[in-house]
Order: sequence, then structure tokens, then C-alpha cells
Amino acid sequence: MGFLPIYVPRELLHAQGVLPVGLMGGRPDLEIIKGDAYYQSYICHLPRSTIELGLNGSYDALDGLIFPAICDVIRNLSGMWQMLFPKVLVHYLDVPQNFDPAIGGAFYRRDLESLSQALAARGARPLTADALRQSIALYNENRRLVRELYALRRREPWKVPTHELYVVLRAALVVPVEESTPMFADYLALTSADRSRRPQDQARVLVTGSFCEQPPLALIKTLERAGCYIVDDDFVQVHRFIRSDIPVDGDPLQSIVNALLTDAVASPTRYIADEVKGADLNQRATDSGAEGVLFCAPSFCDPALLDQPMAVRAVERTAIPWTAFKYAENNGQFQVIREQAGTFADSIKLWSGA
Amino acid sequence: MSTTPSVTTAAQKDSSQVRQKEMIARHFDRLAAAPDSGARCAYTFVPGNLTELLLSFDVLPVLPEINALQSAMRGKTAEYIAAAEKLGHSEDVCTYVKSDIGMMKSGNIGPTGQRLPTPDLLLLSYTGCFTFMKWFELLREDYHCPVAMLHVPYQADGRITDNMRTYVVDQLKNVVIPKLEEVTGRKYDEDRLRAHLARSAQAEDDLVWVLQSAKNVPSPIDAYFGAVYYVGPIFSAFRGTADAVDYYRELRAEIAERIRQGKGPVTPDGEVERERFRIVVEGPPNWTSFRQFWKMFSDEGAVAVASTYSKVGGVYDLGFRHDPDHPLETLAEYCLGCYTNLSLPTRIDLLTRYLSEYRADGFLINSVKSCNSFSAGQLHILREVEARSGRPGGFIESDLVDPRYFSAANIKNRLESYFQMLDQKRAGAAS
Ligand code: SF4
Ligand code: SF4
Repeated sequence: MGFLPIYVPRELLHAQGVLPVGLMGGRPDLEIIKGDAYYQSYICHLPRSTIELGLNGSYDALDGLIFPAICDVIRNLSGMWQMLFPKVLVHYLDVPQNFDPAIGGAFYRRDLESLSQALAARGARPLTADALRQSIALYNENRRLVRELYALRRREPWKVPTHELYVVLRAALVVPVEESTPMFADYLALTSADRSRRPQDQARVLVTGSFCEQPPLALIKTLERAGCYIVDDDFVQVHRFIRSDIPVDGDPLQSIVNALLTDAVASPTRYIADEVKGADLNQRATDSGAEGVLFCAPSFCDPALLDQPMAVRAVERTAIPWTAFKYAENNGQFQVIREQAGTFADSIKLWSGA
Repeated sequence: MSTTPSVTTAAQKDSSQVRQKEMIARHFDRLAAAPDSGARCAYTFVPGNLTELLLSFDVLPVLPEINALQSAMRGKTAEYIAAAEKLGHSEDVCTYVKSDIGMMKSGNIGPTGQRLPTPDLLLLSYTGCFTFMKWFELLREDYHCPVAMLHVPYQADGRITDNMRTYVVDQLKNVVIPKLEEVTGRKYDEDRLRAHLARSAQAEDDLVWVLQSAKNVPSPIDAYFGAVYYVGPIFSAFRGTADAVDYYRELRAEIAERIRQGKGPVTPDGEVERERFRIVVEGPPNWTSFRQFWKMFSDEGAVAVASTYSKVGGVYDLGFRHDPDHPLETLAEYCLGCYTNLSLPTRIDLLTRYLSEYRADGFLINSVKSCNSFSAGQLHILREVEARSGRPGGFIESDLVDPRYFSAANIKNRLESYFQMLDQKRAGAAS
């Protein structure tokens, strides 16, 4: 089953013998032939590449797609998918914006049960508590290693260049958890041991806003070459959407539900009820020792861009400087961003030196 | 393109229009007086509004979307949007939000020129649009007032499930009502709510009759531009009031009289005397050049006989009525059933059905830059509806309240070519 950003409970799919395949739009070199005919110029790029890849047969191996409720574009794309690909399973995962276990939790649980039944109806194994517990354990280990990689990058960013980490995280979207966990472990071991990687005079920045449509890899490299160490980010967020281990004892489906209600990141796609908007971002900046924040959102991305003024205000309450730019997944020119990020990194270094 | 003027007689105000104007004026007077009178007010949204519930607590609704569109009609939104963008709001996002924020920062002067009260509650009914959630998160930062979040699930598979209904009812019981009790200091009174809901159903019957009157040839109403006025009371602060019941009864009688006389719709520039094209319209109107936009249709004798925009506050023509016997369930069903909460296949079905039921010559999509909820997928809708109905579709682009995105010459050209094509098709069919 393919799934779109940001988050689906992959454990559930895995427990039923289904391979979750994370889809994140297209690379810059994907030629959009048909996708553009489905979208006006003022809509982000991800849905057009997704349609392109669907129509050109790239997703033929998938039995279906899950569309998490993160914005109106993905929401409407779910309906288009139903019509364009009537034979595959299309599930709109309506994640709750009410975080009371008895209300939003109950709703989400029933939604997951219906997803599980739909998968079983298409030949997946019926869901059992034991299988789900085992899957949770596997994904806990998987997420733990991602957290370790992020922690290592925070401590020694020169050891974990983001353009490398990013590729590892992307690769993990399309292979079974049984393969991605050793891949993470290997990368962690290799890069930790690599003594040739030495610190450089770079500014530590947190990159935020890129949780759905992804920046081209060249953009990440551009930021690094412009003098930035990326010490925290929103890229390929499914690996970190749930922040800690999900309990393996008790009712495992309920544990998955509770994890979303109480332990998910404060994404712009989620309603922040009682906390201060941006508090989570500031905490992340503190935890990662970020010296600057880069607001880096896809053009026309409603959740990121509507959220940004609040996030900026929150960052401005701290002493951390920020800058902002937009991108599309198919951008090929980064001269302006390179200059902007370079100036930003230089100013940070200048001030931290002073 | 057309040489014979389609609009001839001078426009005059019907008594329903006068009544509506008075209702609105009274409402804004009460809002302006709220700081002194102590009346409570809640800001909330059109789709999924809970007007009857608010009224049962004597809370006055304020609809920021309606303020934004009214600001656009008064030529204020360019400056409001500029003010919001200066504060860091992206040029890419919904201009209703930016207009509202700009208006707030410029003194919060409402459509009648009076200052709007600050909200005692932000009733965040998250129906059919993700932006609503961000909008009230933004307002909360300025108003520091309580927020009641009502998350309404999306009808992704084209139907309302028990799970969705239960979820919404649970939130009404455990989140929205307690918050209203807290803000007003009053207890929830279900009998009062039922009485409002009964009045809603009465008004809804008459509204549906009015909208369906467009099945007549010629249509006595314009079901897009004209319908904006007809749906005003029921989409805003008046659903469930005796005023709304009276308004819709009066409107119905006026339209019945127009049918009897074989008259076409009234436009700001007069009556459409010769109905040349019957059109179904998808998407919201442009508000900054509303009159000019309408004139581009009426000059050609193009009459909108059905529209989806007139369903954003409730798709009553499919049979839904507020049901006083099941007060919370009916509010849940209402929220779940608003147009932008429908799946794309359902929207396509509805448009196709309108084309045949209203004997339309074709359909037009006005795709607005602001609104992903409406716009994402509209090109797919265009192709599908054309294929299913066999009737030609037209596509124009503009925006809701940002005048920078209304290119009059461009839109006029496109409309003229579209109507020309309809003419040619008709001539071809006749020969
Ligand atoms: S990039 Fe933003 S607007 Fe586009 S699909 Fe993703 S979340 Fe939605
Ligand atoms: S995005 Fe569309 S539905 Fe949402 S607030 Fe803006 S105009 Fe309304």
C-alpha cells in the first residue's frame, strides 16, 4: 500500500502482511506530461507528480493508496484517485483533530479498524493483537535508530550530512522495516566511526515547513554548501511523527491510537489546542542547538504557509534569527536560495563569533 | 458578442431584499452594541455553522468569510490583504484569511461601517476546508479568547458513516456545548434548540423551492449571482430565526409571481428579458468585481440555473432538513453534508445531475486561486462532467477577494468565446 505524507500507522499494515510504501511526489527530473493538466498553476507540485506517476504506471505494483488528512489538496486527490484508478483500494485516513481518547481516539480507532478490514477484504491477513505487537516492536526499533541518527547529527552534524541522511530516510520508505532497520544501524555505525569527517565552520540551522512536498536533494546540498549544518528538519517525517516508543503491552491498536493523540509532533497539519503555537518549534531549536531557523515551505502549501506567521512570531520571541524561502520539488535553480542561505549562515557565524 | 440586449428593464428592489437589508442592519447594530449590552458573540464559519445552537444560547454569530466578501464588495480588500501580507502572511494562501486579518488590524470595521465586537468564542467548525483551522489559530493569537474546535470528518467515500456522526455528536456534547455554557454562563436548553431547528427546516423548504424554481424556462432567478443574496440569511446569522422564515416565505411568493409572469431573473442592471443560455456554475464568485462579473453573463443572456456555491452552507436540495427531533444528530449531519465536505466523485455526480435536471446548455467553473478546497481537482471535474453529460464546460480563473487576480478583459474574452461555442453547438444541432 502506498501512502502519502505525512503519517500512517505503518505497524498496522505490516501486521497484516502489507508493505507500506511511502510516496513523496516526484524528483526534479520527472517530466510532468499529464499531471499538469489536472492542476492549476496555483496548486503545489506534489499532486501533479503523484498523478503523473500514477498514470505512467510507476505505482502499478501498489494495491492501493492511503491519503492522510493533512490538507485539502491531498483530500481532493483521494477522490481523483478513486476515479482514475477504480481497481485499487483508496483509503482516506481521517486523522482526528480532537485528542480526547474517548472522542477523537474512538473515532480514529474505528477508522483504523475499517482500514484493516478493507485490507483484509483485499487479501491481507486479518489483524491480530500479537502480530500488531510484533510490528510495533519492529517499528519502535526502527524509529529509535532514526532518533539516534538525529541525535548524532545534533551532536556532530559533520558526521551526518543531511543530504546523506535524507537519502537513507527516503530509501527506508520503500523497503520492508526488516531491511530499513539494519540499513539505519549500518549507516549509524559507519558514519559514527568515520574519523575523516571533521567539523567545519558552519551555522547550525533548523529547517522547517518541508513536511509534505519535499525539496530537491540539490536544495538540501545547496543549504549545506552555503554554510549550514542542518541540525533538525521536517523531511520524511513519517519516521519521527510519533516521538517515542509505542507500548507493546496492553491493547496494541489502542496504543497506536494513543500515540497519535499524545505523542505526535506538533505538525502544522494538527490542531494545537492548549499549547502555545510554536512552542514545539522553539523547543526543537533549543534541543538541537540551532542558531537559526530556515522556514522552507513548498510554494502554495496551505498548512505550512498559513502556519508560518505564527511560527515566525514564536521564533521571534527567542533570540534566534530566521529567514524564509519557498521551493517546489521540481526546482532546478538554487542561486537565490544559495545566496540567501549563505548570507544567513555568515551572519550567524559573525554574531556567534562576536 | 450578443447584439440584442438581454437586460432591459431598470432594477428595483423586491420587498424580500428590503427585509434582508433590515435584518442585516439590525444584526450589525446588535453586534456593535454588544460591548455595552453584554451580548456574547462567537466568530464562526459558513460551512458547518451551528447557528441554531448559538442562538439557543443567545450568542450572536459573526461570519468572517462574509465580512471578507462584503469588504471586497466595498473595495476594501486590496488594502486589507496588503496589510496582512506586510505582516508576513504568504501571497499563496486564502485571501479571505488575509482580508479578515487586515480588517482586524485596521480596526475591525464591519460591512455596515460599525466596529465589530471582539469574539467571546471562536467556534472553529472544521467543515470542508483545512484553512479554517489555521485561520482561527491565527485569530486566537490576537483575540486570546476560548476556542471550541469541532472537527467534522470528510465524506471521502461519498457517504456519512455512523462513526462520523458519532464523532461529531460526541464533540458537540463534550466540547462545543460545555464551551458555550462556560462562555455564556447559561445551561444548554434543548427545547430552545429544537424550536430554532424547526424554524430552520421551514426556511429550508422555501429556499429549496426558490433554488429549484430555476428549472422553469425561462428561469425566474439567477442561481449563482442572484442566489448569493437568497442564501445569505440561511448561511449566516439567521437560520433558525422567525426573520428567516418570513424572509424565505416572502421570497418564494415573489419568485412564484415572477414565474406566473414568465419573467427572468433580476440583476443589478435590470431584468434578464431574454434567456439565451442556461448555465450551471461550479466554484465561488469573485467578489471584488461581482457586479461586473455578473454583467458579463447577463449581457449575453446567460442565466445560472444551478450552482454549487449556493450549497456551501448546506446542500438542502438533496433532501437534508434540520430535524428538531434529533437536535445534535441533525447538526452533525448538516456539518457533514456541506458541499465542500463532499468527495470529488460526489461533486461530479451533483454537477452532472444539475445539468440534466435544470436543462442547462453547459457549465462553467470559476476556479479561485484562494481555495484549494474548491479548486484542487476542478480540471478533473471539468473533464469528467463534460464526458458524462456531453455538455461543454468552460473554465475561468479569478480569486475571491484579491482584486489582483480578477483580469476583466481576460475573463470576458473567455466567457464570450464560451457562449459563442454554445451558440455554434446549438446551431449545429438545429441544422
Ligand atoms: S505540499 Fe502542502 S498543500 Fe501540497 S499536498 Fe502537501 S501539504 Fe498539501
Ligand atoms: S480555502 Fe476556501 S473554503 Fe477555506 S476559507 Fe478559504 S475560501 Fe473558504
